[in-house]
Amino acid sequence: MSGSGGAGSGGRDVIRVAGAQGFWGDDLEAPVRQVEGGPIDYLMLDYLAEVTMSVLRKLKARDPSAGYARDFVPLMERIFPACVERGVRVLANAGGVNPLGCAEAVVEAGQAAGVAGEARVGLVTGDDLTERLEELIANGHTLTHMETGRPLSDILDDVRSANVYLGAGPIVRALSLGADVVVTGRCADAALTYAPMIHEFGWSLDDADLVASGVVAGHINECGAQSTGGNCLANWWEIPDLAVVGFPIIEARPDGSFVVTKHPNSGGRVSRASVTEQIVYEIGDPASYVTPDVVADFTTVQLTDEGRDRVGVHGVTGRAPTELYKVSVAYSAGWKAVGTLTYAWPDAALKARAADVVLRERLDRLGLAFDEIRTELVGWDSTHGPLVGEPSGEVPEVQLRVGVRSSDRASVERFTREISPLVLTGPPTVTAYGGGRPRVQEIMAFWPALVRKDAVDPHVAVEVREV
Amino acid sequence: MRSVQLVHLAHARSGDKGDTANVGVIAYEPEHYDLLVERLTPERVKRHFGTMIEGDVERYELPNLHALNFVLHGALDGGGTVSLMSDAQGKVLSTAILRMEIEVPDEVAEAVEGRGRVPAGWTPPSPRVHDG
Repeated sequence: MSGSGGAGSGGRDVIRVAGAQGFWGDDLEAPVRQVEGGPIDYLMLDYLAEVTMSVLRKLKARDPSAGYARDFVPLMERIFPACVERGVRVLANAGGVNPLGCAEAVVEAGQAAGVAGEARVGLVTGDDLTERLEELIANGHTLTHMETGRPLSDILDDVRSANVYLGAGPIVRALSLGADVVVTGRCADAALTYAPMIHEFGWSLDDADLVASGVVAGHINECGAQSTGGNCLANWWEIPDLAVVGFPIIEARPDGSFVVTKHPNSGGRVSRASVTEQIVYEIGDPASYVTPDVVADFTTVQLTDEGRDRVGVHGVTGRAPTELYKVSVAYSAGWKAVGTLTYAWPDAALKARAADVVLRERLDRLGLAFDEIRTELVGWDSTHGPLVGEPSGEVPEVQLRVGVRSSDRASVERFTREISPLVLTGPPTVTAYGGGRPRVQEIMAFWPALVRKDAVDPHVAVEVREV
Repeated sequence: MRSVQLVHLAHARSGDKGDTANVGVIAYEPEHYDLLVERLTPERVKRHFGTMIEGDVERYELPNLHALNFVLHGALDGGGTVSLMSDAQGKVLSTAILRMEIEVPDEVAEAVEGRGRVPAGWTPPSPRVHDG
């Protein structure tokens, strides 16, 4: 993409960073709408939920060429020509546990799309600690669980993946080496949004207020349409055209202020309400939002109305980052299954509760070992629990939903055989067992830990390949 | 003073981090923020959720955004893929908190009547079908 590559700022006073995926499985058409719906400079796609890394690792174990978000490759083949033509650079954490394999596939997609010689693909590696855990523990990195205080050595045999949330540094390096597409493994989601700001505006990573502004922009951008009217509670019935909802676009300025907007003629709504709901989404202490590059203070955020579907953000401050990276470790922690049956009026809830009693007694008589058996009545208490009180006999229907968890796979397997029999052997007027037996699932638990940056940074590498 | 359900005064969004959920509660009207700060103490919120939350409730203030952030420890049955809950990621705890009843001055109660709920008679529009 001639013109967009090369080092440093072109003296631009605004850049548009478009959010196009909030998780792997998000609206497949959104990235296309973002590229074609109006001017943007960068397209950022967040594919990696916590659980995704362990799933990808399992896939890679079966097929060494797998282990990344495969949807990204056909998407790039589809949008590559438009991105080259319009000078849109793409940043994605689609690399999962195999960023190299992903980058190679994107190079091939570019060739198939007819942009050979016109684009470069950058690649960030070094976030994956899975093969380094024994070495790290031997060198005194205990990778202690942040909440329980247990050392990782307690569960080392069960670990499936361990990845560091890298910061923006290596992404900025890839951009300055001329990458038009940057593929990463695990990195701080927000870094995919503010790395272009650092690159274009020449910000120093030591300028905590600017980087913190970028973090807030990234936080608003990283969950797709959740900032533009999707899943927005305030006056949700007035939000138009969610079928073609516009995904967020951050119009960033060199002073750290930015506007949240979306393409004209798209659905959804950008309002103070929609943006505020996203700012408070999945945060702890808002004055100390810890990221690899800065500790951002979300309490300093100022919002302004800047016209229809435009909300301005300014005033964000931050403090220097810590010497530590967050590590997300996934480990195998047993088995679970969930079974459901639907009971009809009259007295639907009482029938379901009576069936639950029968089921539990049978599980007990079988001598099965469970760490937990959990019963919910869908249609009554599965969302707000005991806050809703007791159902009357006139509730038209409820779904009995029973989940079990155990370290013993055989117990969970046997549980899955105990749901259907209730249809003929339990309380009456029950249906919806046609879906077959419940599926046994392996539980991947998470072990949040910290590791010193100097144990990771020497392993971080950036390279750029020609399409 | 009158008792009013929080759903008429605030909107909210919730999410997860492991076994901890957070709920951001945002005043519809900036002038009601102080009332929320006064009424929605962490103790009151902890009492509201009762057995749904095993650990502590922490509260953080975001006055610029007229919002309070509640961090609910031990709210998700282990969280993530460990949890057996339908709502393992705490996505709908947002409206669970809005069930709370709080005492407000009569004029506030009158002003917020009906707010936060779908207007009577509203139904979703028909799908717009492509004709070409």
